[in-house]
Amino acid sequence: MSATDTSEPNRRDFLYVATGMAGAVGAAAVAWPFIDQMRPDASTLAASSIEVDVSSLTPGMSLTVKWRGKPVFIRNRTPEEIKAAQEVPMADLKDPVARNANISSDAQATDIDRTAGEGKENWLVMVGVCTHLGCVPLGQQGDFGGWFCPCHGSHYDTAGRIRKGPAPENLHIPNFQFISDTTIRVG
Amino acid sequence: MSGGHSTYSPKTGIGRWIDARMPLPRLVHDSFVSYPVPRNLNYAYTFGGILSIMLVAQILTGVVLAMHYANDTTLAFQSVEKIMRDVNSGWLLRYMHSNGASFFFIAVYIHIMRGLYYGSYKAPRELLWILGCIIYLLMMATGFMGYVLPWGQMSFWGATVITGFFTAIPLVGEWVQQLLLGGFAVDNPTLNRFFALHYLLPFMIAGVVVLHVWALHVTGQTNPTGIEVKSKTDTVAFTPYATIKDGFAMVVFLAVFAYFIFYIPNFLGHPDNYIQADSLKTPAHIVPEWYYLPFYAILRAITFNIGPIDSKLGGVLAMFGSIAVLFVVPWLDTSKVRSAVYRPWYKLFFWLFVINAIFLGWLGSRPAEGAYVIMSQLATLYYFAFFLVIMPVLGLIETPRRLPNSITEAVLEKNKSGSAHPAGATAAPETRG
Amino acid sequence: MKKILNGLAVIGFLLVGSAGVAVAAEEANHAAEPTHFPIHKPKEMDWTFAGPFGTFDKGQLQRGLKIYKEVCSACHSMNLVAFRTLEDLGYSEAQVKAFAAEYEVQDGPNGDGEMFTRKALPGDHFPSPFPNSAAAAAANGGAAPPDFSLIAKARGVERGFPTFVFDIFTMYASNGPDYIHALLTGYDEQPPAGMEIAEGTHYNPFFVGGKSLAMAKPLSDGQVTYEDGSPETVEQYSRDVSAFLMWAAEPHLEARKQTGFAVMIFLVLFAGLVYATKRKVWANVAH
Repeated sequence: MSATDTSEPNRRDFLYVATGMAGAVGAAAVAWPFIDQMRPDASTLAASSIEVDVSSLTPGMSLTVKWRGKPVFIRNRTPEEIKAAQEVPMADLKDPVARNANISSDAQATDIDRTAGEGKENWLVMVGVCTHLGCVPLGQQGDFGGWFCPCHGSHYDTAGRIRKGPAPENLHIPNFQFISDTTIRVG
Repeated sequence: MSGGHSTYSPKTGIGRWIDARMPLPRLVHDSFVSYPVPRNLNYAYTFGGILSIMLVAQILTGVVLAMHYANDTTLAFQSVEKIMRDVNSGWLLRYMHSNGASFFFIAVYIHIMRGLYYGSYKAPRELLWILGCIIYLLMMATGFMGYVLPWGQMSFWGATVITGFFTAIPLVGEWVQQLLLGGFAVDNPTLNRFFALHYLLPFMIAGVVVLHVWALHVTGQTNPTGIEVKSKTDTVAFTPYATIKDGFAMVVFLAVFAYFIFYIPNFLGHPDNYIQADSLKTPAHIVPEWYYLPFYAILRAITFNIGPIDSKLGGVLAMFGSIAVLFVVPWLDTSKVRSAVYRPWYKLFFWLFVINAIFLGWLGSRPAEGAYVIMSQLATLYYFAFFLVIMPVLGLIETPRRLPNSITEAVLEKNKSGSAHPAGATAAPETRG
Repeated sequence: MKKILNGLAVIGFLLVGSAGVAVAAEEANHAAEPTHFPIHKPKEMDWTFAGPFGTFDKGQLQRGLKIYKEVCSACHSMNLVAFRTLEDLGYSEAQVKAFAAEYEVQDGPNGDGEMFTRKALPGDHFPSPFPNSAAAAAANGGAAPPDFSLIAKARGVERGFPTFVFDIFTMYASNGPDYIHALLTGYDEQPPAGMEIAEGTHYNPFFVGGKSLAMAKPLSDGQVTYEDGSPETVEQYSRDVSAFLMWAAEPHLEARKQTGFAVMIFLVLFAGLVYATKRKVWANVAH
């Protein structure tokens, strides 16, 4: 028997390679649960939608709510703020993309596309996380009267668009909708 | 054996560069590649490798579970259930860890029994054996504290009973118990420290395992004949011979392990541990995890006072004594022959010991009443008699069978006797070495 | 060696046998005053989720949920189970949302610092019928009704030797549902003559904690309406709610068994490969 083994090196090599490969596949399969467990769990994903009552917000007032562990700014803008934002020429924008999860991903960062839309231009709903390195910007501050991130000096305008500083993108707008005149659902 | 010259010769430039600075590849090569092992090792000798895999598996799953576990009495139970329900693959990791503890102990018991059968503890391997006993003690402590963490009823009451052992110590017992608990009863401080220690101890086990393997590689393995290696023909290289054999045993072991994880994951657990701990309500029967049951039976077997020692202290002493006695086994065995293969009477008493230990385990799961108490006492008696009477006396009076002159001779002799089917030389005799 | 082993086996059997006889004799003595519970062991039922390829019967789980909701949940909480997981039972997201909205949960504090109640959302867990466990105990004669999230894994009658050894090979893991079914259908038996039943408790020979329990017979024929035409009997109700509680306790059971099959196949094939390799490696070495 041993004589036939040595005369068939190919069969032996194949066996070694097959065993090694099967071992590698097994090891990789075992590794997966250890990586998989780090993803957000089912309860975290389920808590991904909140409803906010905005009936008490008069123009010029803001509300910060927590959504997925991050602040979300909800602002009822004043007519002056809306006007200032509408008058900004598109060429002045550092990031020309709307960054609005509710509309197409290549929409222009016009004022209307940054807001809750026609008839609700006064409502701005944004994830309050600076697109630079994740600090929370301060409201109604900075060179453009919008938001100002104190960490590294990013200035956003009254539509939450980046105008000056190191941040690359406009403040992100999450999925949201008015489920009644006074209630917004985020997520 | 391994103290001799190294056969490692790096072939590449970078290999030589590393070898001159930190010869780790040389160490690995000498310890796990060229290291000579007796050619007649059977599958009972594969459990050392299986145990190292189990230790790694427990540490990996444990670290991952700790990422989700909340170490607080108000949250612990819910956080474990969150792992089971919401965390991705959480149920798998948790069942791997809880069943892994059981399979760790299954492997360690086979490993210890193999040591007792083939006389692996005898000179010059006493330190190797004692290091193994220390690992076993650390494993018991780790397993116990880990069982407390899910904060179920058995967790809580098991911790209460086991820390209660220490109140048996005269004068300072209460003080010691409060020191361990961080309070007057098992509570949040207890859970916190148990979690910290449960995380720490496995790494200490890993440290002692390194010493255990070091000691092993100084003296070399024993083998079923119990005769020391005498020439190069007695051994084969660790790689590929031992690695592939260990590998096969590991895969078979893992298959049984997987069967439990996926099909009967709660078979080895207790239903009461799915009830959140309640400090005002004791379950009807408190039983520890199965791997402590023999010792639990010994604890409960002492129902009588022995002179000034009351039954409570007596039980605790008997239980700790049943583990302590393992440490002195190398000096209790007076036989000049190492392996049970050549000791017909020792072989008989050894197997009786195994059955007795399993019987003790079963008794540990029974309520302590009626005939069970008497049976526990008899079984406890045999447990101690095996070590303290049979081992020393048998070594002096037993007539061993004739020993072969060398491992090679033993192997060739065995193969000759099985020559009816020469091809079987590679397969059939393995189970018996 | 064989003789020795045979001898040992005989000794072992004698020891175990004598223990068994002693215990059996003890039990036979006390028909009226039993000391070991339950008095009857639960009957082993056929469950769709048993065995290596077991899966839940979604229709049965839906019926079980109905029983839980209409009967059990009056006293028993299920606070580890989230409404969102009911999608496992075959409900759509919208149905789950509507189902959750039938419950009220406490939330808050709101902007004024007040706690308030609101309709439950899919992310919420089943609310408890009592504000806290003390209230639950007070309303139920001192014993709080146990939570049902894990009841199917937290109950089980000891199988005894040697049955528990066979259970490894038959993959018996239905102790919980078998017990729940037996308990729910076990109220109709009359206690043997001479047995005293404590005031305010109800005889049930399947109860694991004694001869009687505080809970009265909870189910009766026709009590819950089934829309799928299944028989509206205590027997059927008990089966359905037991299966539902098994799902509640072990929601990933199906995934576990399916993964297990793939893993076992792999390990068996891999073991074969490693064994073949091992034989080749050792082919020229007598050992």
